[in-house]
Amino acid sequence: MRVSLFVTCLIDQLWPSIGTSTVEVLRRAGCEVVFDERQTCCGQPAFNTGYRSEAQRLAKRFIEIFEETDSEAIVSPSGSCTAMVHHFQELFPDDENWRNRARAIAERTFEFGSFLVKVLNVDNVGASFRGRVTWHDACHGLRDLQIHSEPRRLIQNVKGAEFVELANADACCGFGGTFSVKYPEISVAILDHKIAAIEQAEVRAVVSGDASCLMQIGGRLSRLGSKVQVLHLAELLASNE
Amino acid sequence: MNQSPETFDTNAIQALNDRQLRAALLNLASTFGERRKLAILSVNDWEGLRAQARSIKDETLANLDQYLEQFVLKAENNGAQIHWALNGEAAQRLILDLLKEKNVRRIVKSKSMTTEEIHLNEALERAGYAPVETDLGEWIIQLAHETPSHIVVPAIHKSKRQIAELFVEKVGIEPTDNVDELTKTARRVLRERFAEADVGISGVNFAVAETGTFLILENEGNARLTTSLPKIHIAVMGIEKVIPRLADLDVFLKLLPRSGTGQQLTAYQSLITGAKRQPDDEGPEEVHLVILDNGRSRMLAHPVTRQSLACIRCGACLNACPVYQQIGGHAYGSVYPGPIGAVITPQLSGIEKARQLPFASSLCGACREVCPVKIDIPELLLHLRAEVKQGAASRAASQTGKVSKHRIERLAFRFYAFAWSKKLTYEWGMKIARVFQRSIARKGRIGKVSGLFAGLAPALEAWTDWRDAPTIAERSFREVWREAEKTKGK
Ligand code: SF4
Repeated sequence: MRVSLFVTCLIDQLWPSIGTSTVEVLRRAGCEVVFDERQTCCGQPAFNTGYRSEAQRLAKRFIEIFEETDSEAIVSPSGSCTAMVHHFQELFPDDENWRNRARAIAERTFEFGSFLVKVLNVDNVGASFRGRVTWHDACHGLRDLQIHSEPRRLIQNVKGAEFVELANADACCGFGGTFSVKYPEISVAILDHKIAAIEQAEVRAVVSGDASCLMQIGGRLSRLGSKVQVLHLAELLASNE
Repeated sequence: MNQSPETFDTNAIQALNDRQLRAALLNLASTFGERRKLAILSVNDWEGLRAQARSIKDETLANLDQYLEQFVLKAENNGAQIHWALNGEAAQRLILDLLKEKNVRRIVKSKSMTTEEIHLNEALERAGYAPVETDLGEWIIQLAHETPSHIVVPAIHKSKRQIAELFVEKVGIEPTDNVDELTKTARRVLRERFAEADVGISGVNFAVAETGTFLILENEGNARLTTSLPKIHIAVMGIEKVIPRLADLDVFLKLLPRSGTGQQLTAYQSLITGAKRQPDDEGPEEVHLVILDNGRSRMLAHPVTRQSLACIRCGACLNACPVYQQIGGHAYGSVYPGPIGAVITPQLSGIEKARQLPFASSLCGACREVCPVKIDIPELLLHLRAEVKQGAASRAASQTGKVSKHRIERLAFRFYAFAWSKKLTYEWGMKIARVFQRSIARKGRIGKVSGLFAGLAPALEAWTDWRDAPTIAERSFREVWREAEKTKGK
C-alpha cells in the first residue's frame, strides 16, 4: 500500500528518529512510503489556543498538499495531530466546499499504531527490545480516536519486551499544549501522578504514541534524574536488540 | 475565601499548596471514580441510555418554549404559583417580596446550586433573614461562611477535624472526633430549625412537562423535610430543567446517581405535584416556583453552546477532571466548578470576567467520556477560547500604549501561521533556532532557562521551571529524508 507520511513539526524538528522509525516499520509492513516536503504543521497549537483563523490557514494548506499526493492513506506517528486533522471540518462552519475536502482528508488519515493493526492487519513487526516497558495512553489517541488495544498488542509482540500495564495509563499527563506553559504548576501537579506510577512500575521505558506527551513525561523524568527512558511506539517497533 | 474567576491562576497555586485539600481530592476522585464504574455495570446498555438521555435533552431544548409552557400550565393546575425571573437580582427581589408579603421569619433551605448561583443566601441575610442550610455538607460550609467546592459534595475540602472544630466554635459542643457524635449534633440542631420554619426553599432536579410535577433527589431526607414541613415551599429552577414526559425520568434516574456518586438510586426522590388540597392533607399550603433564565436563553441560541443546558449537575466531570483533582472547586471562583463550571461560568457571568476558565483544561476529554448526557465539554472549551481571543483582539485594538500579554501571544500565533505556511520560512526559522539554542542546551537538553532567554521566550521559561526541554535535532527528519532520497537516486 502507498502511504504518505505526515510527520508533524515536533517530530520533524526535535525527534527525527521517530520519523525514520515510522518509515522503517511501515516499509517492513510492506508499504511504499512517500513524504511531501512542503508539509509543516497541522495548526493544532493555534486551534487549541483559540486562534481559529490562524489554524484555518494551516489547515487549508495541509489539505491542499495532501490532496495532491497520490496515496491510499495518510499516516502520522501522533494521535493528537491525527485527531486535529479529524477536527479540520469544524474550522469551516460556513464553507461546505472546504468542509467536504476536510472530511475527505480526515477519512484517509490514520494514527501510526492503529493503522498497522486496523488497516494493515499487522500486529507483529518483528521488533525486539530488552526489558520491561509500559504504555501511556495519550488522551487524543485514546478518546478522540478510540485507540486502546492496538498499541498494547503491538508491544506485547515485541520479542524480549515485558509489558506491564501502568496503574493510571489512561490518565492525562498534564501536557495539553499551551496549558503546560499557561498553567505550569497545575500541569506539573498532574504530571507528577503519572511520574509516580511510572517509577512504581519499575520499567526500562515508557512508550507512547504522542511526542508531546513524551516531551512532558520525559522532560520531568530527566529533571528528576530518573533512569526510565521515553520511547515513541515507532521507535520501539523499529528496535532490534 | 471568596475567590473570583478573574484570579484563577493565583487561586490555583494557593490550592496546590493545600495538602489537606489535595489528599481529600485524591480520595474523592478514586472513590467516586471506582464506584461509578461499578454502578454502570448494573445497567444493561449504558451507552444506549446515554444516547437516549441526550436525545431527550436535545428534543426538549429545541422546543423549550413549548415544553416550559406545558409544564407551567400543568403546575398551575396542580396549584403551584409560577414566577419568572430574567436574572439573579430579579429572582432575589421576587423571593424577598414574597417573604415580606407572607410575613415569614424563619427559613430552611435544602441544597440547591441554582440558589447559590443567584446568591440567594447573601440577599436574604442582607434583608435580615437567617436562612439555614439543612444539607449536612451545605450546613457545614454555611457555618464556616464558605461556598461549595463541589456540585454534589459541597464540603469535600473540609477534614473531619476542621468540621469538629467548627461545631465546637459555632454550635458550642464539647470537642470530639467521633463522626457519630457530629452527625447527631447536626441532626439535633437542624430538627429544631425544621420545626420552627415558616418557609422551605429548595432547588429542582427535573420538571416534568406532561404532569407539572417536579423532582428533588437527595440522600439525607432534608429536602423532603424542607419541602413538606413549612407552610410555604419556594422552589427555584433554571429553564433547562424541563423534561417532556414522566416516563423520561426512568432514563435520568438511572443515569444521574450512578454518574455522580456511584449509587444505583439516591436515598430519596421527592416528586412534588402542587400544594395540599384538602385541610387534612399533608404538605405545604402554598408552593411557589421561580423559573430562572439568568443567561440560559443566550446559551440556547447557539448550537454549540446549547448543549451546556443538557447538564443534569451530576458532578461526574468534576471527579474525572485531572485539573479539578489537583485544585478543587474554590479555585474556579464560581458556583459551578470543574469542567462544566469552566464552560457555564463564562456564559453565565460574561466571558470577560471568567476568561481564564476555558483555558484551565488540558483538553484530555475525560469529562466528555463520563458525562451521562454526552456533553462535549472540550468542544465547548474550544468554542469559548475562540470567543475569548476574539474579544481580546477587539480590546487590544482599542488599547494604545501598553503591550499586553495577549498581544504578544497573538503576534506569536500570527507569525507562526505565516511562517509555517511556507516551506522555506519554516525550514529557515528552525535552522536559526537551532543556532540560538546552542547557548542554552547542554547534552541534548535544555535545563532551567532564566535571564535574557527567559525574557525572550516566557513559554520556555515556564516550561523549564519544572521540566527539561528537548533540543532541536542536528538534522531534521526532512533533511535526513532528502539525503536518503538523493543517495537512492544515485
Ligand atoms: S456536564 Fe455532564 S458530567 Fe458534568 S455535571 Fe453536567 S451532566 Fe454531569
